[in-house]
Amino acid sequence: MSILIDQNTKVVVQGLTGREGQFHSLRNREYGTNVVAGTRPGKGGEEVEGIPIFDSVKEAISETEANTALVFVPPKFAGEAIIESSEAGCSFVVCITEGIPAKDEAKVFDEITNNYKTKLLGPNCPGLISPGKSNVGIMPHEITKSGKTGVVSRSGTLTYQAVHELTQIDIGQSTCVGIGGDPVPGLSFIDILALFESDDDTDSVVMIGEIGGTSEEEAAEFISSSMSKPVVAYIAGVTAPPGKKMGHAGAIISGNKGTAKAKIGALKKAGATVVNDPTELGIALKSLL
Amino acid sequence: MDLFEYQGKELYRKYNILTPKSIVINNLEDLQKIDGTNLNYPLVIKAQVQVGGRGKAGGIKLVNNEGEMITASNEILGMDIKGHIVEKLLIEEASEIEDEYYISFTLDRSSKQYLMLLSSKGGMDIEEVAEKNPDDLIKVYISPSKGLDEGVLKQAIVDAKISKNLEVNICKMIFSLYDLFTNGDCDLVEVNPLAVVNEGQIIALDSKITLDMNAAFRHEEFEEFEKDIPIPKTEKMAKEKGLNFIKLDGSVGIIGNGAGLVMSTLDVVAQEGGNAANFLDIGGGAKAETVSSALEVLEDDSNVKSVLINIFGGITRCDLVANGIVDATKGKNLPWQIVVRLDGTNAREGRSILQENPHENIIVAENMKDAARMAVGV
Repeated sequence: MSILIDQNTKVVVQGLTGREGQFHSLRNREYGTNVVAGTRPGKGGEEVEGIPIFDSVKEAISETEANTALVFVPPKFAGEAIIESSEAGCSFVVCITEGIPAKDEAKVFDEITNNYKTKLLGPNCPGLISPGKSNVGIMPHEITKSGKTGVVSRSGTLTYQAVHELTQIDIGQSTCVGIGGDPVPGLSFIDILALFESDDDTDSVVMIGEIGGTSEEEAAEFISSSMSKPVVAYIAGVTAPPGKKMGHAGAIISGNKGTAKAKIGALKKAGATVVNDPTELGIALKSLL
Repeated sequence: MDLFEYQGKELYRKYNILTPKSIVINNLEDLQKIDGTNLNYPLVIKAQVQVGGRGKAGGIKLVNNEGEMITASNEILGMDIKGHIVEKLLIEEASEIEDEYYISFTLDRSSKQYLMLLSSKGGMDIEEVAEKNPDDLIKVYISPSKGLDEGVLKQAIVDAKISKNLEVNICKMIFSLYDLFTNGDCDLVEVNPLAVVNEGQIIALDSKITLDMNAAFRHEEFEEFEKDIPIPKTEKMAKEKGLNFIKLDGSVGIIGNGAGLVMSTLDVVAQEGGNAANFLDIGGGAKAETVSSALEVLEDDSNVKSVLINIFGGITRCDLVANGIVDATKGKNLPWQIVVRLDGTNAREGRSILQENPHENIIVAENMKDAARMAVGV
């Protein structure tokens, strides 16, 4: 098993005809992901390297039984794209697009939560991979290895770094999930931790957080109250100055809120092992298993 | 992007939010413009700086005639307020304040809802109110898709112990501010104080506004505002080159790919006893041009004493990054030592490219910790 995606995942890519969309969709397919359709209004009937293109997600689903949407649509239209795939019946939507206005994001989450059963990963995230089964997004599959550790992170490159460290010392991964660097991501740390906790094939979790917001503190509460599996964590931004957005829209210390120190403290108190350097995650986990 | 008070007030006027009559001046000659306006004394001279506590620092003065105005303007222009030099003054009509309230709108990250904070204890530090008298701070969570409900707002006004007589005017004001927050794509709209003047008129006396620059594509005025906000030379240069750069206080220049990895590099440098000179994310798919642009930006900062390039190859391939570093530095005199750490996809190939094309100022490190130690030790 794995969480959110596996060999039965059928992906429709919104924005497959764009440069990024095409590059990563074909990479995902080559890895073994069932990329069954793409959409682009006005381009229905065409195909890209054998992948049929539809005008809408609804048509794509009725023709191909796609159940997961991968969004590469530009920021201006990404909000509408997420609503479209949710309305069409996708149970899971992964949005890679960076730079969506916060108001659009907030409205989209609200609408999805109120009206649909869709789970949303992102926006502004690298997607996720269940090694050996499916890769939905832009994660480099070359560094992954199938196994029993779940990985969840707010940062793309740090996820890759952590996964690489794990693979180097022969610790495989069940699913690696990037929840993204925006202030208000769809699925949060807690959502992913809960899925890992109930997944029979996950025996441990690596969690990578960063400054800004309180989602790591909320995750710490969940770890303390509801997790039996060991968690190794790393928090980036100990030396980040307050009031500056450190690359990610959500990585900002506002006043005295969102500091790395508070997050590290909360995670330690919750019983997680917290390391000082992202390259130590693998070794720290190995010592617990 | 944080706006100056006068910029926020321009937005107020666009959204029909009542604010005092005013002009903005850049120098004493500009004071003559006042003759053409119908501003009436007493006036308030306000330093335009993006830092709190300007009143205490002497950056706000009340004046009753032209002589006082010239003296005060002369005093405040050029003043250093906590490291911010005053380059502009907002001169506005003084208000006879009957009461002062506080209101703000933000996006609450935990609940994923908009959050309105309302208090009848305006004019003071709101964090102090929240701490000492939490009951005086009314919190209203607003569904982003449903919007602000009039009934809910009226209840909040009652809860804040604001007089019933003011209900109509204050509701109108709050709806206009909400309109600015949502349709104006602001991350923050804060008015402190929101004042009662002239027996029940509600007026926004101050403005603290942060714009969501991701929404710049639908707001022409964002770019106009941006032009008027001074940024340091190096940051401006980085911005023009499309690099994500933040200046810091230390001496180790940092270049990395991915915001998380760069943040983490700053931390590891600090653990090794150094201090980063900057945050610089070259993003995914870094090419030779990106690497040379990044190095040019660091060359502009005289505080940089050594440079650490920290790359984790995912889809970005380390061999291509290594070629980029070689192209950008070949035959050039570098002002400092560069420590390069490559890991991930094609890291071995990348390292051998650097070894085959040696530069006396470039050292290759095996891992992040060693790289940081070497960059700090230079």
